[in-house]
Amino acid sequence: MTAVERTDVLVIGTGFGGAIPAYNLAAGGAKVIMLERGPELGAADFTQSLELGGYTRIVDLIQGNGIQVVAGNCVGGSSVIYFAASLRAPSFAFERRGSTGRRLWPSVLTRRALDPWYDRVEETIPVARQEWSDVPYPGGLFGAACANAGHTCNPVPLAVDLDRCTNCNWMLNGCRFDAKRSMLLNYLPAARAHGAQVRPLHEVQCIARSLTPGYRYRVDYTVVDGNDPRLTAGAGSIEAKVVIVAAGTMGTPVILRRSKLGLGTLPAAVGKYFSPNGDRVSMAVMDESRIRDVLGLERSPGTAYEAFPIGKPIGSMSYDYLDPALPEFERFGLQQIYFPAITNILPEDGTPGSPDWFGVDKRELARKWRSWLTLLALTEDDNEGSWGALPPTGNFLRIASSAVVSSLTYRPNEHTLRGFAASDAALRSIVEKDGLGQHLDWTGGQPVLSAHPLSSCRLGDDPNTSALTADHQLRGSPGLFVTDGSAVPASLTVNPSLTIAALAERASPGIARHARALGLQVDESVPPPHLG
Amino acid sequence: MTPRLSRRRLLQAVAAAAVVLPIVEPGSAYAGGDIQRDTLDAWADTIVPGEKRSATDRVVAGATAGPGAVQAGAYDLYRDPDVGLAVVLPGLVALINTQALAYATAKGKLLDVRVPPFVALDFKSRTAVVESLLRGSGVVQLIWYALAALAMLAFHTAGHLDTATAIRQGHPGLAWLGFPAPDADGVWRFPEFSYGVDVAPPHPMTTTTGHPA
Repeated sequence: MTAVERTDVLVIGTGFGGAIPAYNLAAGGAKVIMLERGPELGAADFTQSLELGGYTRIVDLIQGNGIQVVAGNCVGGSSVIYFAASLRAPSFAFERRGSTGRRLWPSVLTRRALDPWYDRVEETIPVARQEWSDVPYPGGLFGAACANAGHTCNPVPLAVDLDRCTNCNWMLNGCRFDAKRSMLLNYLPAARAHGAQVRPLHEVQCIARSLTPGYRYRVDYTVVDGNDPRLTAGAGSIEAKVVIVAAGTMGTPVILRRSKLGLGTLPAAVGKYFSPNGDRVSMAVMDESRIRDVLGLERSPGTAYEAFPIGKPIGSMSYDYLDPALPEFERFGLQQIYFPAITNILPEDGTPGSPDWFGVDKRELARKWRSWLTLLALTEDDNEGSWGALPPTGNFLRIASSAVVSSLTYRPNEHTLRGFAASDAALRSIVEKDGLGQHLDWTGGQPVLSAHPLSSCRLGDDPNTSALTADHQLRGSPGLFVTDGSAVPASLTVNPSLTIAALAERASPGIARHARALGLQVDESVPPPHLG
Repeated sequence: MTPRLSRRRLLQAVAAAAVVLPIVEPGSAYAGGDIQRDTLDAWADTIVPGEKRSATDRVVAGATAGPGAVQAGAYDLYRDPDVGLAVVLPGLVALINTQALAYATAKGKLLDVRVPPFVALDFKSRTAVVESLLRGSGVVQLIWYALAALAMLAFHTAGHLDTATAIRQGHPGLAWLGFPAPDADGVWRFPEFSYGVDVAPPHPMTTTTGHPA
């Protein structure tokens, strides 16, 4: 029988939600072990290739019912594959009520309350403010189209070293130039420098109360085969005084629901109220001559655009509809974003009659690929998603590397659909004004695609509709904290990574205080990571 | 009493026969072709159509000019170990042909028995069969969706090949998209990437660090 390991703090997951508390607690003096389901890769391992078996090792394409979700599966979590847009959520997002009639966020959490933690994250990562000269052609084109339609548009702050970036547009694969500032470059090395251990290919199955005096929880894991993630290469258990669950919005609720028996109790909100962050993807196929004639843009003599694959994926965004005076569900951010060709199944062909997303007309659309402009509206959904049956092991049914099936069901209700329709109309009015382009749906065979899953184990003041108290503690399970995207109560109308990171920073001193109360010598106030 | 052969019973009998036929001898010669390959190629050609590879090509319908998923290597992707579908392909092929046979029967179409039923259909009918399979729900629908997605991935991403290598080899799908070529060392970099001009005014409530208020 394998001996059970013991540690002060066990962190499940190594993305934003795991790496940040792991650093703070390790730097404060706690013994920290981090378990990560995916493999560990670095800049030298990241490919610029769409070959299956490469990027698919670190990217999970999660197929649910009515929704497809993209998420990271590696040390560093989604920070390794994300597009680095680092935006603070607007003030009104914290006041959201959805259709519940009551404020969804805990009363203590407002934009003003979170601003100091946003500051700390932005300095640590660090986040760069782009000028228009840093924004690649697609972002410039969207900005010009916004201005042409009478709208404002901003360059998007990015977690990117702009001097080091080659604008290669392979961010989904992980950055081979170490220009994208993922957790691999800041919080994780800082945590390791303070003794935190990171264990890749360790998939947590469940958590139970421990019988060992002084240790509250026992965490059971399996070891994932490094060559075939569908296979198991071992198993083990670790007992910890404090457990931080940060397996991601798609992982955390599954682990917790499987743990219900072992924990003895579980809030009903775990695995409910999922939000895709209101993600509504669409695209435009642009008219090159109109770009030149109407907008006066030319990237080289005789070429107005034809630059869809060039640059950093996210360049510009209009904040015009992030207006607190607008009714809820009619506020949204409008963003230019590049989707790699692996998602090319999704655009509809823009011609009448079926089929919509395959066949002769779709292939004709592909011929104009370099003139595409893909767009993301970040709207206010109504937290309609929930999980069904638990998979036998792990977070999903893994069919192949990258291809996984989840029991998550998401069906947008009339409120969410109103937001989708309003944002579609806004984008159409921008890209179709003066014949600049044709706005097309991006729902081929899939109603919703989200790269920003949230809220499956959310914070809140109402115990009936939230799983976590304002200090990120799971209701009924003292010393068990959740600090990833699942804790965010509702869609944010901006990309959520910076908010997830700021919440994880904000939660960390409280977790340290809790550890101190258990007798651990942990400093709750540590400086930000010192990055050499 | 003589049992009456209802339309439903007829379709069931046809379907049962079609399921059995292709899997009795997987890979057996069937009018000079391979049932699995021909059926999957015809499926891929329905998703991303292309031109016939020769005047006698029965598999590619020839719905349009230029390359399609078959020329882009869809069959290689279907069998790619990283995809992990190989074990279910014979069953999927049988079901595609069953659906094709049922479709032809319902429409009163006579099929050339020298090729798999799906291959025997014209492009419009193949499209109708694919749509009917994609219309389902649950895990089964996901499998059909994956089979469609792989054809798309073969054409749009050369998913069975390293991308730089695929471009060097003139992969027809990437060439169709105008996928940019990497530098000589096989690495993508775009030193020219921005219009470099202020194209729009910022939102008046933007914070000093560029965020919405």
